[in-house]
Amino acid sequence: MTTEPLLRVDHLEVGFPSKAGVVQAVTDVSFEVRPGETLAVVGESGSGKSVTALTVMRLHPKSTRISGSIMFEGRDLLALDDDEVRAVRGNEIAMIFQDPMTALNPVFSVGSQIVESIRIHQKVSKQAAWNRAVELLALVGVPEPKRRAEQYPHEYSGGMRQRAMIAMAISNEPKLLIADEPTTALDVTVQAQVMDVLHDVQQATGSAMMLITHDLGLVAGSADRVQVMYASRLVETGGVDDIFYRSRNPYTRALLDSIPDLLATSARLEPIPGNPPSLLNPPSGCPFRPRCLMAIEHCAESVPELVSIGEGHASRCHRTADIEPTAEATS
Amino acid sequence: MTAPVLQVRELVTEFPIRAGVFRREVGRVQAVSDVSFDLMPVETLGVVGESGCGKTTLGRSLLRLVEPTSGSVRVGDIEVTTADRHAMKHVRSQLQMVFQDPYASLNPRIPVRDIIAEPMRIHGVDKVEAADRVADLLTRVGLLPEHGNRYPHEFSGGQRQRIGIARSLALRPRIIILDEPVSALDVSIQAQVLNLLDEIQDEFELSYVFIAHDLSVVRHTSDRVAVMYLGKVVEIGARDSIYDTPAHPYTHSLLSAVPVADPRRERSRQRIILEGDVPSPASPPPGCRFHTRCPIAQDRCRSEVPELHTVAGGQQVACHFPVEPGQTLVELTKR
Repeated sequence: MTTEPLLRVDHLEVGFPSKAGVVQAVTDVSFEVRPGETLAVVGESGSGKSVTALTVMRLHPKSTRISGSIMFEGRDLLALDDDEVRAVRGNEIAMIFQDPMTALNPVFSVGSQIVESIRIHQKVSKQAAWNRAVELLALVGVPEPKRRAEQYPHEYSGGMRQRAMIAMAISNEPKLLIADEPTTALDVTVQAQVMDVLHDVQQATGSAMMLITHDLGLVAGSADRVQVMYASRLVETGGVDDIFYRSRNPYTRALLDSIPDLLATSARLEPIPGNPPSLLNPPSGCPFRPRCLMAIEHCAESVPELVSIGEGHASRCHRTADIEPTAEATS
Repeated sequence: MTAPVLQVRELVTEFPIRAGVFRREVGRVQAVSDVSFDLMPVETLGVVGESGCGKTTLGRSLLRLVEPTSGSVRVGDIEVTTADRHAMKHVRSQLQMVFQDPYASLNPRIPVRDIIAEPMRIHGVDKVEAADRVADLLTRVGLLPEHGNRYPHEFSGGQRQRIGIARSLALRPRIIILDEPVSALDVSIQAQVLNLLDEIQDEFELSYVFIAHDLSVVRHTSDRVAVMYLGKVVEIGARDSIYDTPAHPYTHSLLSAVPVADPRRERSRQRIILEGDVPSPASPPPGCRFHTRCPIAQDRCRSEVPELHTVAGGQQVACHFPVEPGQTLVELTKR
């Protein structure tokens, strides 16, 4: 692909100092987001997926130790001062959080909060911004947007609040939307509605999306490319079909095998043994080694590199060569 | 024919709505509305539905953690809803519960050994025997006997859920009500706990009521499945009937909304996206409670409450116009 990436993260490291030592939440993470695409970042709790997203938004505590670079359209976000960051945040990059109730202010009407986010970044009249807010609410499928704009967040249901937050996030037509578990708090039927809205919004505005989730089903349905994180590192990256049908990484495969299937009745699940490692004292070598059925002595000696194993497909495993490519389901 | 271990008939659980300075009752929410089912020995009944459908209240009503308003719950030959303290004690030795949040359901101030032994202490099990059983139970759920000396905060979420399971087994119950037992856990840990539940079910001859919102998990664990919507069971039957030939439009929509980890399938899937939200259970719609969101609702659905009846797939469904095997709701919607 020849298009310039919108976002380019290089060798990002994020650590949180604590009394017991530095918790290394993100280790050597490099990736790109191209205009208009959806990149899913998958992993379990503590894998570093949310911290990566928050760092791109510069929403980390002051004491955080960060190195590497986050280039957004040629500017290093890590080098910007607070005012410069505020000009980008909510404008060119916007974020959708898991819990809309904590992201919306309970004492202002939904419409006025969207107006505020518009007027921070655009010089428009209050009336024009209000009209735009109503339009945005209509775009994300809030019924009776005129009336609903005057209501407060508590008068909205969970799904409607999530729509309102999406409306706010897209109010300045961001080039990049970061959605951190946008539907985890919602019921499945409402989740389907919200994912549909996100898809339509992307079609309408052409924005790229970084979708942070633990739900492999959501990834399969909406991502163009996927990166799998484990214990603060990227372990496999590739196109959505590479990850689901041609994975060459033991963790990705184990994760895919451990989820029950909706469409067929499975006799027994194949769980991943053990627990994710501590980020305070990670195991030597490959962090997945203690739980990996393929681990050999060498895996304890060094952390494997993320190595290209195909067009746009890379995996971090010492045993990549010994892993048979999956028998591809042809359909 | 073997007798069911649990018989639920026309169970109703209501909560009062209170308002004003004197907290006067101004209305009632029927969280569980006329639910009936049997649970057979070593059977798992999955109960699925979205938030507010009453599945959790149903589970709690069975144990009288919330008092049912009317109807009957029978465990063996004891009527639970009218049982006195003494009889309830016996019921609770037969009927145990595992909760969703392993952080909230274990007392942080007492060591795990005492958490697991507590039900035995209450039921007068000899101390020495109780200690033996605790060690056995810890081993059985995949922990070590010496873990008994530790406190809940020293364990991960998956391990805590194992402790909750060990506690529920302490009195050798016949039935365990599992309320979202794996939804707080990461996927890789979920499978461990699901397999554990599977193993101990055979070993201890347990029957489960498995309450969950995750339809894939329920398909994996259940023999029969009940789908709830706004307090009512809208469809109940054998697992494969429900998943392969669902008859209720709500079951169809639920199944079609669940994303599956298969990109090609996702790309070709025709999704039914329900409009609107679940109505408030305080004022459920008249007629069929699903009619406000149902893509194939007709006039009759707005006035007449559908009763559960058996359909071609073998399951029971409460719908005036059930979807037939081979039909899809997408087709019907287009007509």
